[in-house]
Amino acid sequence: MSIATVDKPTVDGPPRRVITNLRNASDKRFRAVVTAGAMFAFVVLGLIAGFLLFRGFEVFKEFGFGFLTSSTWDSGTGESLEGASFGVAAMLVGSVIIAVMAMVFALPFVIATSLFLEYYIGKKLRAVLVSILDLMAAIPSIIYGLWGYLVLMPHAAGWASTINKYLGWIPIFDVEVENFDASPFVSALVLGLMIIPIASSVTREVYSRAPQDQISAAYALGGSRWGALKAVVLPFGRSGLIGGMLLGLGRALGETVAVLLTLNLVFKVKFQVLASAGGNVASLIASRFGEAGPSEIKALMAAGLVLFTLTLLVNFGASIIVSRSAKGMQ
Amino acid sequence: MSTSQKVDQISGVLPRKPWVNKSQSFRNNAKPVVAAFLGATILVLLTGLAGALGFYLAFVLSFVVASFVQGMRHDKVKGIDKMMTALVVAGFAMAFIPWASILFTVFQRGASAIYFGYFTHDMSYTAADDELGMGGLSHALVGSMLILLLASVIAIPFGIVTALYITEVKGKLSGLVRVIVQSMSGVPSIVAGLFIYSVIVANFSFSGLAGALALAILMLPTVARTSEEVLKLVPDDLRTSSYALGASQMATTFRIVLPTARSGLVTASMLGLARVAGETAPLILTAYYSAVYSLKITGQPLASLPMYIFQNFSTGTDTALTRAWGGAAVLLSFIFIIFIFARLAGKGARK
Repeated sequence: MSIATVDKPTVDGPPRRVITNLRNASDKRFRAVVTAGAMFAFVVLGLIAGFLLFRGFEVFKEFGFGFLTSSTWDSGTGESLEGASFGVAAMLVGSVIIAVMAMVFALPFVIATSLFLEYYIGKKLRAVLVSILDLMAAIPSIIYGLWGYLVLMPHAAGWASTINKYLGWIPIFDVEVENFDASPFVSALVLGLMIIPIASSVTREVYSRAPQDQISAAYALGGSRWGALKAVVLPFGRSGLIGGMLLGLGRALGETVAVLLTLNLVFKVKFQVLASAGGNVASLIASRFGEAGPSEIKALMAAGLVLFTLTLLVNFGASIIVSRSAKGMQ
Repeated sequence: MSTSQKVDQISGVLPRKPWVNKSQSFRNNAKPVVAAFLGATILVLLTGLAGALGFYLAFVLSFVVASFVQGMRHDKVKGIDKMMTALVVAGFAMAFIPWASILFTVFQRGASAIYFGYFTHDMSYTAADDELGMGGLSHALVGSMLILLLASVIAIPFGIVTALYITEVKGKLSGLVRVIVQSMSGVPSIVAGLFIYSVIVANFSFSGLAGALALAILMLPTVARTSEEVLKLVPDDLRTSSYALGASQMATTFRIVLPTARSGLVTASMLGLARVAGETAPLILTAYYSAVYSLKITGQPLASLPMYIFQNFSTGTDTALTRAWGGAAVLLSFIFIIFIFARLAGKGARK
């Protein structure tokens, strides 16, 4: 009996099909086109930085580091940088003060909202409330500004004067003139309100991924709901909370119209947050732009570059923290 | 698969979620509320707290205290738990009050600006502080739609292609592209406006096209990120099956992946649109404002809803402010409609 060899056919069949993982020509083209399209984001981001640098370069060359440390804003003749004097110190400090205050206002509400939505209500109600929260995040900043100026400000000025009355001995709550309208305090309240939905959507997401077994364990040990949240969810979600708040900070630093409508811009570094005077880089650009001459436009471009760099750094930090917390969960 | 999941599947017992509210007796929940009402009334009478907001603040304070006391009758753990529950609920409610106020004010004050001709007239023969039965915002509405349409034409294809690069092509730069898109979503809107101003407006003139380009920059990251999430949801089995049948990657992408994710991609585009529909800052620097109805997107300023609101706000008289509220009501309705469409498209995806 002969044994047929399986692996060596004696008859000539059709040639073996060659199996490769090489891509054919149309796929190569397809991949090239998609890759090129994806580079669009790169190009745009690079162009933004490049153009702002290019246009603002003269200003940086003329004033050097003084552009960041001086706070006079005088366009001189308006035609050239000779005799003009530009500095964004007051605006930069103002931007940071307002954004940080907005964070402080928003933080407790972000935590409360995230915890409430994830651990205090059922699925159906959560779905409804989350949609509402998303909708709130989509309210345009100009409407926040309009409401902030016409509805909130009369109330907020009253609160500010109460704070000033009782806590006025603390330097930041002191005022020179008793005018509490259009202060950094009011702007920060409006911005804080804008941040809450943005930051809580990130925070809620991270809170919801807290390990179920540890929560159950906390209950099994006789802990209350708050005990379980405090022992498991809050420590677990800390980096998510920080990341969410940083995203909000980035948004608050770059916000223009809501601040423009609710803040009295003054070119002087001020730390009195209740007084009707403050600074903000983004609003400076929007408010000076209309009547700016060639030299001032250059200065505004330079201010834009400063703002761009600042928000880029904050957002970069935020995305690193959020992605790290996401990795820790896997 | 982790062991805990395996165990669940075998035994069929899902983990219990003790934090989900059981139907507790109504009386137990009502007690601190009633106590808080009494407490708030007393507080308002005794101290200088005034108005609805003052009463609310007093109510929250006494609600927290009443809950704490009710829990303490049990033990300390229960007391703190009750108090924190009260704080969390109050914090959430407090965050919702301003939003309710915004919606209420916009539609209440906006209603008095809106009349039959509001959507068919422009402001070419009407000044901002003329009486309310004249003029309208047809120019702004049409301008907004033109600008948004153009911005979508640019941002949606590029956004989806960027997402395709990350999920389908999976090139070497995927990680970097994702970081870039993330950073781009943080670009302040005014900076996008400045950029387009220096590239286009400074060389030509204010135009609707320039406004659309600025909005496209802001829209792209939202579309790209949401599309990426949607494309990730397409099951890998579909892709492998397609490859097994001998389809190329291009055919797989266009015939399998994109059609599967279609409604999700519509949602992504809508969300991008809703994100930029109310942007004002970039438009101040690019499209600017004109009071005249126009369909021309180059060579001249083009009106838009946010700029209509901004202009009327800047005028500052009573009627102008009412017009601003009217514009806000129209803009908000516009955004809500886009949002509802996005939700409906998203629902279609799940079926």
